Amino acid sequence: MTSSKSFVKFDKVDKSYDGKVLVVKDLNLDINEGEFITMLGPSGSGKTTCLMMLAGFETPTNGEIYLDSKPISRIPPHKRGIGMVFQNYALFPHLTVYENLAFPLKVRKLSKDDIDKKVDKALSMVSLSGFEKRMPNQLSGGQQQRVAVARSLVFDPQLVLMDEPLGALDKNLRESMQYEIKHIHESIGVTVVYVTHDQSEALTMSSRIAVFNDGKVQQLSTPDKLYEEPVNSFVAEFIGENNTFAGEVTDISGGKCKVKLDTGGEIISNPISVKSKGEKTKVSLRPERAIIDPEEKMDNKHKGKIEEIIYHGDHARVRLNLLGNKEFILKVPNSSARMDIKRGNEINVGWNSHDARALDPKSI
Amino acid sequence: MSSETQKILTTDGIPLEVSLKKVERRNKFKAFLLVAPLLFFLLIVYISPIFGMLFNSVDDRMVTNALPKTYIAMEKWDGKELPSEEVFEAFYIDFQKLMDEERDGKLSTQLNYTKNGFKSIIKKLRRKSKSFEEGNYKEQIMAVHERWADVEYWRAIQRRAPAYSYSKYLKGVDMYENEDGKFVQVEEDRRIYKKLWVRTLKIAFYVTLFCFLMAYPIAHLLATLPMKYSNLLMICVLLPFWTSLLVRTASWMILLQQQGVVNDFLVWIGFVADDKRLEMMYNETGTYIAMTQILLPFMVLPLYSVMKTISPSLVRAGKSLGGTPFITFWKVYFPLTIPGIGAGSLLVFILAIGYYITPELVGGASGTLISNQIAYHMKYTLDWSFASAMGLMLLVGVLAVYWVYNKLVGIDNIKLG
Repeated sequence: MTSSKSFVKFDKVDKSYDGKVLVVKDLNLDINEGEFITMLGPSGSGKTTCLMMLAGFETPTNGEIYLDSKPISRIPPHKRGIGMVFQNYALFPHLTVYENLAFPLKVRKLSKDDIDKKVDKALSMVSLSGFEKRMPNQLSGGQQQRVAVARSLVFDPQLVLMDEPLGALDKNLRESMQYEIKHIHESIGVTVVYVTHDQSEALTMSSRIAVFNDGKVQQLSTPDKLYEEPVNSFVAEFIGENNTFAGEVTDISGGKCKVKLDTGGEIISNPISVKSKGEKTKVSLRPERAIIDPEEKMDNKHKGKIEEIIYHGDHARVRLNLLGNKEFILKVPNSSARMDIKRGNEINVGWNSHDARALDPKSI
Repeated sequence: MSSETQKILTTDGIPLEVSLKKVERRNKFKAFLLVAPLLFFLLIVYISPIFGMLFNSVDDRMVTNALPKTYIAMEKWDGKELPSEEVFEAFYIDFQKLMDEERDGKLSTQLNYTKNGFKSIIKKLRRKSKSFEEGNYKEQIMAVHERWADVEYWRAIQRRAPAYSYSKYLKGVDMYENEDGKFVQVEEDRRIYKKLWVRTLKIAFYVTLFCFLMAYPIAHLLATLPMKYSNLLMICVLLPFWTSLLVRTASWMILLQQQGVVNDFLVWIGFVADDKRLEMMYNETGTYIAMTQILLPFMVLPLYSVMKTISPSLVRAGKSLGGTPFITFWKVYFPLTIPGIGAGSLLVFILAIGYYITPELVGGASGTLISNQIAYHMKYTLDWSFASAMGLMLLVGVLAVYWVYNKLVGIDNIKLG
């Protein structure tokens, strides 16, 4: 990706608050126009700091951020023209919905007619027409959230930042808002940078996800790639569920490697971050990629003892003791066929070596 | 279903309403018992003194009761010429009785409030009346002092006839009721109270304004600084609270006097000449400086408690939406602090309007307030009813401020913490 093409570019950005600890380390990130980029990571991983630097509320300690190929470090926030949705909505409590939406238009000195038109349009976009006269505290959480989204878009910014906007909503509302925001993004084609620590939110909404940890982007890729092909053990463990085996590479050849586990036993896996014999590794396997009663051609076949069955309605999670790993999880669809899945039984489990990714040994 | 109102019964067959009331009555009674001591205390130390003050300010029975016969005799008097012999006789009889009971001194004090000059002539009358002969009291009394032959003094006595009077309130605004029952202002050189009221309001207003101007940035700093600095600043704000008011005022006297620290410093840096040291005390300036400093915490604390609740993301939102720092402050931050400004201003203004010690010590002649006059009348002239009247006028003034505030901002919007 070249800098001329990217709409937002973080170039070697460092950030430190106290001169001792780097919150963001050597961040390089390119965001294309019209993209929905999510910054995902645990709290304290530096993702919000990045957003605040982009919005102009924090200055990078080193490096530069480019917006539309122009450096923006010296531009104050109010001149950047970036829309922003805050974690707690940040609606002005003393102003009506209409006045909240009109605020960015009034400071841009638009005429009354234009303001009315734009506010109307923005409110109908979030299906809140007719709420102009309400005060923010007369709205439900979801409605406030939609007003906040409408307000961040009403002045037609090219870029909108969203800082965990759905964090305060309950689960159902959060899911429907995810679709709503996604649809708004698709219909107006604005570039969105979205911050969240909720991985399912990130997977549902984004065109690309940047996984943050320890002030660094661990992986930047599309949601499916991130889930299917995590490049390191942090990403693998942070995104989705994960069975891990720690061990040492004993043989590596033909795109496969043999890993001798610390708990005993040996598995065949797909070498991602390991290059040679004797390296320590952590093998990651998605629960849904392991199956009971494996087919003949699968190259990993092991016996496991059922320790616990956790009922989840449409499926059950079965915890096995497999090759010394007592936390091995298996997803079993809810069907009447499997009567032998009972606590204490032994079952055969298998998977393809391609799905068992041998990553770096670092654990969280 | 029929729409007739059917009484709902509880499981035990008692009407629901009755049962509910019974339960609630017990709770209400318990709650009342809890607040009863405080209520009783308030009644005794707060409500009753106010009514006492109200009563005291209009009570004029002392004179009425002291001269019962005189006032009966005066009913026929038209007040134009000197009263007739009957009035003089009645007055003599009343006065004899007062002398026996040793109440003539009080009478002279009271009459002196109405008209200056009574004190000496009553004293003289007391001495001379012992050798009075029976009959022709008019002649004899008039012979005691020429003022007893002045119709004005008799009119003054007549004015005190009603048992209750609002004359003290008129006096509080430099007015009096003349012979025709019209309210007129006193002579220009004797108008002191109106000027004092205006000065009191003016000083209270400016002290509130100065407090606001100084407290706003401090409160903002307090609300936004990191904890370790804001705690230190908070202690600086609260420190005056832990020091005696008298000590603080005294230290201002040390600082502000002509040979004081501030003047010494100004002379030292050459800002003022040694022989032209600034007069910052015993005048209005001293009152302004000391009162602003002393009342500052009352403005800082409500402002701080309101600012603390304003989310920093609101200001950020304002900026991200394109508002310049000034617009964001003026349209977003400032309106949200209005409840704190209201609470602080009301508090400071009400405290300032009745302030006593500080203006007494540093105010001098031009910096004293109405409360100093009230204290003066309580301690020196002993005209308690006048002091009461002014006290009540002050109270009504405070209530008026409160009412205006409620109309403008709404008292529900107030936030003290």
